[in-house]
Amino acid sequence: MANRVQIRTSSSALIAMIADEDTITGFLLAGVGNVDLRRKTNYLIVDSKTTVKQIEDAFKEFTAREDIAIVLISQYVANMIRFLVDSYNKPIPAILEIPSKDHPYDPAHDSVLSRVKYLFSTESVASGRR
Amino acid sequence: MSGQTQRLNVVPTVTVLGVVKARLVGATRGHALLKKKSDALTVQFRQILKKIVSTKESMGEVMKNSSFALTELQNMLLTKNDLTGLARGGQQIQACRAAYVKSIELLVELATLQTSFLTLDDAIKTTNRRVNALENVVKPRLENTISYIKGELDELEREDFFRLKKIQGYKRREVERQRLAAIAYAEEKVAEEISLKKGISLGSAHNMLSQAAQNDEDIIF
Repeated sequence: MANRVQIRTSSSALIAMIADEDTITGFLLAGVGNVDLRRKTNYLIVDSKTTVKQIEDAFKEFTAREDIAIVLISQYVANMIRFLVDSYNKPIPAILEIPSKDHPYDPAHDSVLSRVKYLFSTESVASGRR
Repeated sequence: MSGQTQRLNVVPTVTVLGVVKARLVGATRGHALLKKKSDALTVQFRQILKKIVSTKESMGEVMKNSSFALTELQNMLLTKNDLTGLARGGQQIQACRAAYVKSIELLVELATLQTSFLTLDDAIKTTNRRVNALENVVKPRLENTISYIKGELDELEREDFFRLKKIQGYKRREVERQRLAAIAYAEEKVAEEISLKKGISLGSAHNMLSQAAQNDEDIIF
């Protein structure tokens, strides 16, 4: 278990977001926003002007930061950087794909859920022998 | 299979046999325990899988509700911006906030499940690897070592047995020879005694004959 990462317990962890403006507004309303000392936010608003490079950088930064425990990412944004999301396999921070307002949730695209489904089918076939 | 032939490089003695046997017992027990652990982890894993699937599905619903609340709020802000308080704006904002807090709770739960899922996956893989290593590498190797040592010890025993037999045979032959020699000696002794009683020693009779043969020229035989 080389990639076990401890969540820092002394201070609470953050939830990062990469999503469209409305979703982020809602979550900020619920109080997950954070701006650190260097005026960096824990969220990235994706609109029509945001480039894929920006999204990639934000994703890499959020997954590398120690104080972030969960990264919420809109599914249509995750589809833009699908290769990055699929190659990410660390338990912490957890990547969660969320539906956005104008893009309904499609379980077939979710990397974790597809893995779960895959395991389920193989387990039922091979009866737990992996 | 290559694992079938290999064994530990040890000196074949009784002590080492005991040590290797103890190790085999340990390996067997460890294997049984790890197997149990793996089974328990798999049970847990499946429960988490089921929970993940159901939570993901309910997440869609909850997120839809919160998005809906937000849209409602935005529509209200766009249409009724008279700020008289009649639109119950604060209440709407509170409702929207509550919806998002609820969805965050669900998302955190989901993240917990997902983290456990990945960690358990890792643990199960490691455990299964250990189980297989014990079953396919360590145990056969120890068993091979034990049979090798037993074979060597048997060989030594047979050698000892053969040596003992050989020495016994030699001893028996030697005893027989000595007995025969003793009998011959005794017979000779008896013959001498008898001849002494007759007045003439067997030795001297021989001597007389030989002396006569040497000195007396008249004796022609």
